Amino acid sequence: MKLLFKLAIKNLTGAGLRTWLNVIVLSFSFLIIIWHKGLLNGWDRQARNDMVNWETGTGQFWQSSYDPFDPFSLTDAHSKIPSVFDTLITKGEIAPVLITQGTIYPRGRIQSILIKGISSAQRVLKLPGELFLKSNDDLPVLIGSKMARDNGLKTGDVTTIRWRDVHGTFDANEMKVIGIFDTNVPSVDAGQIWVPLDRLQKMMGMPGEATILVCGNFDTNGRTPEGWKFKSSEELLKTVTDIIKMKSAGGIVLYIILMSLAMLAIFDTQVLSIFRRQKEIGTYIALGMTRSQVVGLFTLEGSLNSVLAALLAAVYGIPLLALQATKGMSFAGTAKSYGLVVADKIFPVYSLGLVATTIILIMLTTTIVSYLPSRRIAKMKPTEALRGKLQ
Amino acid sequence: MENSTLISIEALKKHFPTSGGRFTALNGIDLKIGKAEFTGVVGPSGSGKTTLLNIIGSLDSPSEGRAMVLGLSISDLNVKQAALLRRTRLGFIFQSYNLLPVYTVFENVELPLLLLKLNESQRRKMVMDSLEWLGLTDKVKSKPAQLSGGECQRVAIARAMVKRPEIVLADEPTANLDAANSHNILKTMVRLNSEFQTTFIFATHDDKVISYLKRKISLVDGKVEKDEITGN
Repeated sequence: MKLLFKLAIKNLTGAGLRTWLNVIVLSFSFLIIIWHKGLLNGWDRQARNDMVNWETGTGQFWQSSYDPFDPFSLTDAHSKIPSVFDTLITKGEIAPVLITQGTIYPRGRIQSILIKGISSAQRVLKLPGELFLKSNDDLPVLIGSKMARDNGLKTGDVTTIRWRDVHGTFDANEMKVIGIFDTNVPSVDAGQIWVPLDRLQKMMGMPGEATILVCGNFDTNGRTPEGWKFKSSEELLKTVTDIIKMKSAGGIVLYIILMSLAMLAIFDTQVLSIFRRQKEIGTYIALGMTRSQVVGLFTLEGSLNSVLAALLAAVYGIPLLALQATKGMSFAGTAKSYGLVVADKIFPVYSLGLVATTIILIMLTTTIVSYLPSRRIAKMKPTEALRGKLQ
Repeated sequence: MENSTLISIEALKKHFPTSGGRFTALNGIDLKIGKAEFTGVVGPSGSGKTTLLNIIGSLDSPSEGRAMVLGLSISDLNVKQAALLRRTRLGFIFQSYNLLPVYTVFENVELPLLLLKLNESQRRKMVMDSLEWLGLTDKVKSKPAQLSGGECQRVAIARAMVKRPEIVLADEPTANLDAANSHNILKTMVRLNSEFQTTFIFATHDDKVISYLKRKISLVDGKVEKDEITGN
């Protein structure tokens, strides 16, 4: 094997430009597959982190009637906050959120919104609830930057807000935007405003009540109070996970095209090699190699293309990928407008597993593609091969 | 088999299938070749010279009859045994040199030793000895494309001789060379034959080669027409 390896390296490097063309094409495949997967991994990690930090926490207790996809469920989706969580709420490790529907009238337009009440003491989510403490306004609200942009609102703006209380009675007030936060999570931004929890409870006539309880970093020990249901982090992140899985599946098409191009080049080279190097094949056999050894040599030569490609990809790819992992890749906010959790910049994440899997996959494919034409050698007559006669 | 007999061929026939039936390349050959002979199988194209050499070299097998080479029956050798025979005890010289173009002269000559798995210092010594016999020590780092035809054939001889085989099979070794180079090469082979007692068997129809042979086996239509000691 050592000898075949030595000969294969020698033959491969001796083939010059032909080898390097294959190696360059293959190294692109390595790089683009790793880069694309790294980007998806980076997005996955960033989206999960942002979702956990801004919306889901490490899990949530939902009032049993609550269904985020059915706005009508909000009328009944509120209950007293279970007293077992009092200490955790005081410590800021559970963030109760009361959710109801409402309407605002920015610049004379009508906009249906969700009104969400959150405690200024909570430390579970990144929402800047502490701003409520600095405000003396009757109804201070926080909104996200997308909500502000869509409705032409800015800090200090006052607009009318209307809602229905627990008895179904309409009420209205002036709300004041006291802060605008930036988030990558559209589901805590678009079409909603955040108000102090106690103020919303008072507005709704629902003292001490909440719709959901967002959990921080603590163990729930499987405690689910009656009238509430627990949603794990995985369940809450399912949507984003599914989107990324779908994107990954789409990426496979790209990988197949890239790999096909690279493999076509290698297959072609192998066929050409066997066609052009018949005398050489005959000489190897005359010098005492078996045909299977020669098949092994040619297969090894072909598959070594992937080794050289991996080395070449490492030479120019590591700096490029490292640079992008540091600087990130800008998505210019387009994806956010579709409701996807995408940061302005995604920082690709390249794991050892990703790199190893890609290398193994490409090497395996290259070996198979190299072996297929090389099998012809086993059927060659050495006497004909020595004369360079086509077989 | 006599002690000095390296090759013993009896009633050897070789048929090749053709579209219309079969072509008989060798049609009942009987001959013995001994140690240190400088023998040529001569005859016109299609007389079966190369086929005979291929069978002796275990690159092909007889259709009928028996070919014993260095005590081994070619018909009975499996692929690995045949490869081992070629690797350890036979050397080949071809008409078109068959040097590996991406290898240097040194590497081309070293290749048979690599297959024998000799260590680097042994290989280096044997390669340099071989190149010295052929006067190629100044071409060690050259590639075949940088050499003349005569030099290429000398490299091919060095490659055939480097492992000190018992038999060297040379198929039309001078066909691509001019007269001066042909004589030069043949003188070298005569010298190696007498110095190392290596058996040389040529397949040729070149008069220059024939003039150096000590024994001439004439083949016509796959049969030995004449087997004569030339007295060289």
